[in-house]
Amino acid sequence: MSVVLADLAYWQETTIRLLVGLIAVLLPAGTLVYLFLFKMMSFMQSRLGPMEAGPYGSLQLLAEVGKFLQKEDIVPKAADRLIFKLAPFVVLISTFLLILVIPAGPDLWFIDVDTGIFLGLAVSSISVIGILMAGWASSSKYSLLGALRATGQLIAYELPMVLAVVGVIIQAGTLNVQEIVMAQATGEIFGFGGIGNPYVITQFVGFLIFLIAVQAELTQPPFDMPVAESELVTGYLTEYSGLRFLMFFIGEFATAAIFSALAATLFLGGWYVPGLEATDNLFNVIGPIVLLGKMLLVAFFIFWFRFTYPRFREDQLQQLAWKVLIPLSLVNIVITGVLKVVF
Amino acid sequence: MNAYAEMAGLDPLTSGEVVVAQNIAFGLIAAIMLFSALRMVTTRNVVHAALYLVIVLAGSAAIFILLGAEFVGVTQVLVYIGAIVVLFLFGIMLTRGALGVDEEEKGEQRLMSCLVAGLLAIVTAGALINTFSDAELTRSSPSTTATVGDSIFSQFIIPFEAVSVLLLAALIGAIVVARKD
Repeated sequence: MSVVLADLAYWQETTIRLLVGLIAVLLPAGTLVYLFLFKMMSFMQSRLGPMEAGPYGSLQLLAEVGKFLQKEDIVPKAADRLIFKLAPFVVLISTFLLILVIPAGPDLWFIDVDTGIFLGLAVSSISVIGILMAGWASSSKYSLLGALRATGQLIAYELPMVLAVVGVIIQAGTLNVQEIVMAQATGEIFGFGGIGNPYVITQFVGFLIFLIAVQAELTQPPFDMPVAESELVTGYLTEYSGLRFLMFFIGEFATAAIFSALAATLFLGGWYVPGLEATDNLFNVIGPIVLLGKMLLVAFFIFWFRFTYPRFREDQLQQLAWKVLIPLSLVNIVITGVLKVVF
Repeated sequence: MNAYAEMAGLDPLTSGEVVVAQNIAFGLIAAIMLFSALRMVTTRNVVHAALYLVIVLAGSAAIFILLGAEFVGVTQVLVYIGAIVVLFLFGIMLTRGALGVDEEEKGEQRLMSCLVAGLLAIVTAGALINTFSDAELTRSSPSTTATVGDSIFSQFIIPFEAVSVLLLAALIGAIVVARKD
């Protein structure tokens, strides 16, 4: 998308980038909802899931979107109307900015900047403001409590997430995501370069911390205290309906997809598969498919945990972040730094 | 923006077109920032004030990026928007009731705060005019993240460490003050 578009006018390039970005956010999100939320969860619970709309229920997603679009967009009487209406957009903006940093091939990227992964972590933290806006503007106790819990959780788990990525950054020696992929593709394990050096091997602790933190950032079980339905209805989403609820829903699953893709890029080698030269032009074609495959693998684990484990208590949840994950990731950074200097 | 110009064979910093676009962008961002800053201090709703602050901080991040200081811009988003304003909002929402519009707070410190803000504006403006009155913006190339990192850990290592120790002291101080026993 970079060199390919160099000859086009600015507005043409921007339009293409916008369209590709829209597809890159919505398609994986839809895949996750159908594959994992509709089908995998059903099979784990010994039922079939949606079967009526389309072959094997494959059009259920469109039916759901149609259903939400028809619903009335209700704004509570006491709500702060403007902020209430803006909140889902803030969450979606954060999601759409996050996709920018993930490359899908040697020449397939939205932006190729030096700050790379740092930019990604920065924009992912914007969504907290959207959640706080939603919870506060609803002027409902459930929403406010849900938003406060969500914020406490997101702040707590952003730290181990960033610290887990630092290990990868030290090993790759760059913040640029494309160069991190290249470093994994051309890396060697004790002189053997057959499969490159995917950082899931050397940064396994970081990978685990990253996955747990992603789970918590998505506020999904077992970290779903903010939307605990038995106490808070659905937390900060309680007062939302129709299109705006759908936007939060899309935001949640799109973020799940993008964080999975980010984990796949940082730890599993991104768009690269062993056996080919990393600069091979073929990767501009198969890169997105490879990345999608690796993303689905990571997302499978995330959703597996989601459907399996019961909810943490609030104090357990905070303790896990501050007393276990953060010290562990700091130790990981120290060890990575020492080994980087030694080797 | 500069990357595209380079690809098209233009020097991003001397070709007029790009500079015009940057000037327009600067004007827009500055106008939005000014409006939000004014609303931030005039609005009666504390949460609205914090949200206007988000727009001001995002604007300054955008200006850093316009100036080619990409790393500083991203840091601005991560630290100020992602952490500090979130803590502001968190604190406000924990301590006030839902949708708290404080009508009774007429602001007995209004005079004092106006005085401080005015003085600060005069000092800052004076210092800026004194230093940069005739200076033209040098068209240096955008600073890369690597150069920022290198200069922090070589040239500016002592100020950097001093600030780190200061922050640590502030953190420990906050914990000591907050402790009950």
